[in-house]
Amino acid sequence: MSEFTVKTTFTLNGVKVEQDIAARQHLVDFLRDCHDLTGSHLGCEHGVCGACQVMVDGQVVRGCLTLAVQMQGRSVDTIEGLSERGDLARLQQAFLQHNAFQCGFCSSGMLITALDIVRHHPQASREEIRDLISGNYCRCTGYQAIVDAIESVLLEQRVMPPQGATS
Amino acid sequence: MNARNELPVSDQIAQSTNPIGQSTPRTGARKLLQGRGMYLDDIRVPRLAHVVFFRSPHAHARIKHLDLTAARQQPGVIAAVDGRAIAEFCTPWVGVLTHLKGLKSAPQHAVAIDRVCWQGEAVAAIVAQTRRQAEDALDHVVVEWEVLPAVTDMRDSLSNRQVIHPELGDNICFSREMVTEGFEEAFAKADVVVEKTYDFSRHTGVTNEPRGLLADYNPADHTLVVYHGTQAPHMMQDIFSRHLNIPESNVRVVCKDVGGSFGIKVHVYADEMATAALSVMLRRPVKFLADRLESFLTDIHAREHTVTVRMACNRTGEIVGFDLRDLTGIGPYSVYPRTSGIEGNQVVNLTGGPYKHKHYRARLDVVFTNKNVTCQYRAVGHPIAVAITEGIVDEGARAIGMDAAEFRRRNLIADDAYPYTFPSGIKFEKLSHHQCLDQLLKLMDYDGLRRDQAACRQRGVYRGIGLAAMIEVTNPSPAFYGVGGARISAQDGATVRLDPGGMVHVLVSVTEQGQGTEAVFAQVAASAVGVGVDRVRVITGDTAVTPYGGGTWASRGAGIGGEAVLQAGKALRSNILDVAAAILQVDKSTLDVRNNGVVDRLTGQERLPLNEIGRVGYFRPDTLPMNFQSELTVTRHFTPREYGFTFTNGIQASYVEVDVETGFVKLLKHWCVEDCGTVINPMLVDEQIRGGVVQGIGGALFEECLYSDDGQLLNGSMADYLVPMAAEMPDIVVGHVQTPTKTSELGAKGAGEAGTAGAPGAIMNAINDAIGVLGASVALQPFTPQRVLQALGKV
Repeated sequence: MSEFTVKTTFTLNGVKVEQDIAARQHLVDFLRDCHDLTGSHLGCEHGVCGACQVMVDGQVVRGCLTLAVQMQGRSVDTIEGLSERGDLARLQQAFLQHNAFQCGFCSSGMLITALDIVRHHPQASREEIRDLISGNYCRCTGYQAIVDAIESVLLEQRVMPPQGATS
Repeated sequence: MNARNELPVSDQIAQSTNPIGQSTPRTGARKLLQGRGMYLDDIRVPRLAHVVFFRSPHAHARIKHLDLTAARQQPGVIAAVDGRAIAEFCTPWVGVLTHLKGLKSAPQHAVAIDRVCWQGEAVAAIVAQTRRQAEDALDHVVVEWEVLPAVTDMRDSLSNRQVIHPELGDNICFSREMVTEGFEEAFAKADVVVEKTYDFSRHTGVTNEPRGLLADYNPADHTLVVYHGTQAPHMMQDIFSRHLNIPESNVRVVCKDVGGSFGIKVHVYADEMATAALSVMLRRPVKFLADRLESFLTDIHAREHTVTVRMACNRTGEIVGFDLRDLTGIGPYSVYPRTSGIEGNQVVNLTGGPYKHKHYRARLDVVFTNKNVTCQYRAVGHPIAVAITEGIVDEGARAIGMDAAEFRRRNLIADDAYPYTFPSGIKFEKLSHHQCLDQLLKLMDYDGLRRDQAACRQRGVYRGIGLAAMIEVTNPSPAFYGVGGARISAQDGATVRLDPGGMVHVLVSVTEQGQGTEAVFAQVAASAVGVGVDRVRVITGDTAVTPYGGGTWASRGAGIGGEAVLQAGKALRSNILDVAAAILQVDKSTLDVRNNGVVDRLTGQERLPLNEIGRVGYFRPDTLPMNFQSELTVTRHFTPREYGFTFTNGIQASYVEVDVETGFVKLLKHWCVEDCGTVINPMLVDEQIRGGVVQGIGGALFEECLYSDDGQLLNGSMADYLVPMAAEMPDIVVGHVQTPTKTSELGAKGAGEAGTAGAPGAIMNAINDAIGVLGASVALQPFTPQRVLQALGKV
């Protein structure tokens, strides 16, 4: 029995991909198994923990609740691509300086949520940051360092907006 | 080659200051922020097969007939096997320790044979080319069951109405009783005796990365390499060796990045043993990774206890003694090799721990049930001991009309009373309860909060303050496991090497689970050798590479592993100076290692860079005196022995608001002042404490493994089992008192579990302080809105 596949064309970390993808395969499994992009993690596989998050057309998406074939015509950015491109540089530095991670398993997803906050909620208060990261489960930290790290980037950004800021 | 921007950066290290005690960002951890970690499921090996397990849908049942024929015929399936086939390759085990007298359990197999004893126990294993194929084949497993009555209630189990393992005679895994002399008279004479029963629901670790392993047996050399998300690689090496009958030296356990452990990943799991056995059977690598439902069904649970506690005190505010009756249900087997008797035993050891009473009586019963097994999970027994102690202390204070903080001040063991032997027999080297209390009350502005509480009450807003003093077991000596016959190392080792280029390489037997273990070892090594943290590389988690040791559990990494690193680093420093003295032809005592080089001890002027020591030591030893051999690699070990445990202490406070209409508890703020001895990295310790507090809050307010009466887990998903998320968590203020232990030179006592130990008690007391005025109180964790409303008589 061979898997039912669908030819799918999309952009992955800036590179065009054209591939026959199993119709039932989730996006995060596709990224990990077919492209060895192991930075997106599988924590719960039912959309609660957020460890599998990626960006699709600039929106935060759960990789475990999205089918890979749904990416037809879209643009997918993973932690690997966003890191290489430098989009996360400020946040990554802030996470390191504030010790906003321990085991790091949640960090890929948490950073992608953080990037969304930086882009779309630049005026967020600490309380709002706490709300906005509440779709990302971290078992190690007390969340406080993560809030500190994101807040520090927002404060810095208010003084010094990023060059070529994207919306 | 690394790109330049990937090379480690020395973040804000002033080379002239001691790296120990600095809030240095973790070295070597940037990869985790770029998706470049190497967790279990990220490892790629050729010819890898994937195993999934068919698990029992019943809590207790006989396997009348198991048919794997159809499953074997499914696409991609390599093997489908039952418990008997696995048993050919893996012997069963029994989780007992001889020093927990009378503790008994039944033999447990990697995959069930004939009978299952909890819902989720593996019944058959299916190995396929891909995980998907293996999961598809699960649908084709055919089992005929004879469902047996399940014992799910602890009291029912204790009655032995139905015995789970008939060969054991009864359902009692372990019992312990103790009483101090003159106990009855002391209680009879006391002015006041308060009594209350507290219940603790089951919860579990919910590590973000599920359990798993990749076992790779190589028949050519009869070797087994196991990539394992584990806290104790050497313990697992020994266990794989003995139960799979492979020489210990042929087994290698490698622990790469681990997505959280918290005690979950320090035990022997049947499905993991089965995976290793399958690798041997099939002579190829096999991987098992639990999915989230499997995690809820089979990761150890913890903390199902019912405890009745009494406390006697006088009207003058003096605690006379504690009386304890603890019943805990642990599932059908005592977990191997640490046993499931330890948690209850800790409750007996630690209840009343911070106080100076003289009288104590305790009775513990640990019983088998047909639910998932329970075992050591972060803070093991402490959250229970602290909550019942602090709950009943508050009851006592209320009974005699004394302020909760003042009552504690009168009863906490004095800071100058050490060494001190507690009525349960445990010994404290040096604690700092009063310093911690003073700092806490100041940090939280206790009097100000009391005023705020009173003002809010005028407005019909119910706020409460809860205090919870605590002690915490850390750095266990061989008395914890070794003397009981478990091959679990109480000592750890560190090898420190000067590389030719002048970098310092450190290999440690303690593992990294994300706490920043490697980072603090880098700081200790840097301090000991005399270099910057950026000059140190740390490797952990490989039995073929590091010295032998116990690993990461019981808050022992920094205290034991750190001391080994310190001593190895100091020895290397001395050896570096020997080489320098030989090169420079000066007396060794005129030299020192500072700021990454050999310097003149008096002037601090650099005499030789470390890469010159390396160059001469490794490549031109011919230029050194004929009878001189450089030793630029040093190994040292450390075992805590003077005390059974190093104890830490501290106190937490919680300020909450209870919505008496909805039952919701809002955490306004939380404080923790603790004494973990020497603080190696304040930033790491603070967030470690906060993470622990949040885990404690989870147990107090949200987390509960719900079982039906017939032993079905009702909430096996993260949508139904609630964990703390950021929005509900308060800001947590952390303060430190530092009383270094004198049993080591480093003086670190351990910080991993204190947060979890104290938080539930503080929250319970805060809720009861808020609603006590309405004549209500809660005592069953977690304190869900429904239970708060029940306490208020509203539902």
